[in-house]
Amino acid sequence: MIDSLYRWVDDRLNISGGSRKLLNKIFPDHWSFMLGEIALYSFVILVVTGIFLTLYFVPSQQQVIYNGVYAPLRGQHVSEAYASTINLTFQVRCGLLMRQMHHWAANIFVGSIVVHMCRIFFTGGFRRPREFNWIIGVNLLILAIFNGFLGYSLPDDLVSGTGIRIAFSILESVPLVGSYLATFLFGGNYPGTSIIPRFFIIHVLILPAIIAVLIGAHLGLLVKQKHTQFRGNGATEKNVVGAPMWPTFIAKTQGFLFLVAGVTAILGAVVQINPIWQYGPYVPYKVSYAVQPDWYMGWLDGALRLMPSWEIVFPGHMIPNAFFPGVLLPGITFTVLMLWPMIEAKVRGDTAEHHLLEEPRNNPWRTSIGAAVLSFYFVLFGASATDVLANYLEVSLNTVLVTFRYLVVIVPLVVGPVTYKICLELQHQHRPTKTKRHNIVIRSEEGGYSTIEVAPRPGDERPHLEPIPVDAMVLVDDDGQPIAAGRVAAGVGSGGNGNGSGRGIFRIPRQYR
Amino acid sequence: MPDSPDDSRPSEAPGSSDPGAPASPSSAHDGHAEPPVVTVSINAPQFEVAAANPEQVERGIAVMFVLAAVGFAGFGAAYWQNASNFWLGISLALGMVGLGVGMVAWGKYLMPRGPFSESRHATGPTEEEREAFLTDFSSRGKVAIERRGFLLKLLSLAGGVFGIVALFPLLRSLGPLPKHMFYTTAWRKGDYLVTPDGRRVHVDDLEEGGVLTVFPPNDIGGALSQTILIRPLLTDVVTAPLRKTWGPAGYLAFSKVCTHAGCPVALYEHAIGILLCPCHQSAFEVGPDKPAVPVFGPAPRPLPQLALYVDRKGYLRAQHGYYEPVGPGFWERGDRGIAQ
Repeated sequence: MIDSLYRWVDDRLNISGGSRKLLNKIFPDHWSFMLGEIALYSFVILVVTGIFLTLYFVPSQQQVIYNGVYAPLRGQHVSEAYASTINLTFQVRCGLLMRQMHHWAANIFVGSIVVHMCRIFFTGGFRRPREFNWIIGVNLLILAIFNGFLGYSLPDDLVSGTGIRIAFSILESVPLVGSYLATFLFGGNYPGTSIIPRFFIIHVLILPAIIAVLIGAHLGLLVKQKHTQFRGNGATEKNVVGAPMWPTFIAKTQGFLFLVAGVTAILGAVVQINPIWQYGPYVPYKVSYAVQPDWYMGWLDGALRLMPSWEIVFPGHMIPNAFFPGVLLPGITFTVLMLWPMIEAKVRGDTAEHHLLEEPRNNPWRTSIGAAVLSFYFVLFGASATDVLANYLEVSLNTVLVTFRYLVVIVPLVVGPVTYKICLELQHQHRPTKTKRHNIVIRSEEGGYSTIEVAPRPGDERPHLEPIPVDAMVLVDDDGQPIAAGRVAAGVGSGGNGNGSGRGIFRIPRQYR
Repeated sequence: MPDSPDDSRPSEAPGSSDPGAPASPSSAHDGHAEPPVVTVSINAPQFEVAAANPEQVERGIAVMFVLAAVGFAGFGAAYWQNASNFWLGISLALGMVGLGVGMVAWGKYLMPRGPFSESRHATGPTEEEREAFLTDFSSRGKVAIERRGFLLKLLSLAGGVFGIVALFPLLRSLGPLPKHMFYTTAWRKGDYLVTPDGRRVHVDDLEEGGVLTVFPPNDIGGALSQTILIRPLLTDVVTAPLRKTWGPAGYLAFSKVCTHAGCPVALYEHAIGILLCPCHQSAFEVGPDKPAVPVFGPAPRPLPQLALYVDRKGYLRAQHGYYEPVGPGFWERGDRGIAQ
């Protein structure tokens, strides 16, 4: 049955013809390669939980009187967006879980993109020929941040509503076109009645579609250009060492999808996130204490706080204060980030192809720049909590703010050189082998000590195996006869003659244990 | 094993493992040929499972899959019974984690231990490929397209007109032009000061140090006309030389829209005479000779002050609308309307 169905599809799409190579695609085995997978799978979770939420959410700023099950809000004037979010939280089965999983997955999505990007950056994975994929990745980060902000804004609660107000002010601050941008996006002056419906369609359709296309391109390029890899285990510039796509990688990566979903479900079950019923509906003249955005907007919020009270005013025109931290800083950040592969190639004069990754210590120049810049954003992130810190430490707000204004300059200047020094120190140390093995320490009768490396399996006399080149191998059985793959390789006598028949056939032995 | 794989493996030049050594350009372009055939026995150790104790691992994975089934069944039951968020999430998580751990362990321990490798071909085309493509592209283009340069120009014209026309309604109909939108609020001469619940504010309403949010009667709850009314003293307050009459009976009214990023400046600290914005902690000094000038934080400009008077019945009213745009700055604002 399945056989004939496959045959039917295959006759029309020719899957068998071109896809066998794909089964053999090699995926390097290193934990840091899972970071991008976390991002991918959080996106899957976001889509699935998001579809659930769209079935119940009403994207409207129409004011209604809430009369649902949540008693403290009953009788209050709220927007339909807020009321429907409360309803899907308390009245729809599984609604709260889906909402919390969606929110957690969004935070994990952006987080894993950032960490994945750091991994690529510090190991030089963006170097030629992978500049395009780096640029696509940076754009995915930007879109993820934007879409996170939009989704966070949709419930129209008091905290996110304040965020929308700040977004309007930042748009308004753009020189030349700011007023137009703001009134066009909001359909008039703040607050208007269009912003929630517009954010909704951008959040659920436009940006996810672009993100999905870019993810496709990101992965397509990954297959076309093949993976980078760390040194060791037989890895060279001319091969990729690891596990084949089918079945090893598929099993692991599908399992990993479920693991990411499982962790998100645990978070959704036990760690409350964005309890909008506690914040209350958005009322323009009200505001709450400790107004913090989601974590990935923290650096922008911190920058808004730390910015000195400057504003450029000249006859007839003005560049408002919010422009510098709100537009210029992210603009420079993402432009430099996108251009980094080209900048580095230019500065370092290295335009060669690289498929082997660098250990961060071996490129102190890049590592220290990256660490210094990261620390700058970490301080900005910390600065988004000035009020909470002042409250918690019982220091005056002034002290906290002034301290952060100094820190944001000093910390990167310290982190950079220190990182450089640490890299140089680490270079002199013994390089750790890729996989750690147990050692047996033996004390001889004379009192001397010696160690023996333990084989990975008992009785295994070859702990370090050489990689088998799957695309070049011709499998032979015990009698030295080539193992054929169906009709293709039938009749191939002596080990393939270079025209491809018989080579690259990956079989698992029958006596497999 | 007739042929051990590592004997015929393309050997790696020891020099290429120097840290940071770039691949030589020549090596990047000789990779188009297929790698030489390597004969591998199907009994090579690389094809064995990774686990030393497969039976035990298999049992563990089986337990995981059973747990997953139990978890998902529990999730179904929890959904059916409308159980709490905790049970829904935990049962779902049990199912997912069970599946995940089981599958990852299967892939990691019960599949060929490897390592395997595949060869990497040069990324770019050969010079011949590039040249052939470009020749085809440009020679066909020359004959079929460039000869009809006139048509090409007309095509660009039509496309360009479409582009501009498509852009215009698309952007233009999204919202009105800003025009004077940012310069005015709903406040008009003689407006009563009204609380959010629609009550007019009387001169006796606030005690010393009191604070209220007020609106003009035709825009109650308005995001842009929101005004913070404070009473730092019980006698007339003059915040600036030209504002002699603006603070009758100690009442001062300022725009509640922060000049930094537009948040409501909602906190009034009477003891130190400070209005504070909770979003980014801009502080504005208020009181005699203190017209809400920013003293701390990122806010660049004072909060605009609304001139008040007390009418004959004792109600607080606005002498005039705001004399300058409220809220954060914008490009067209320039130095117009900077506080008098």
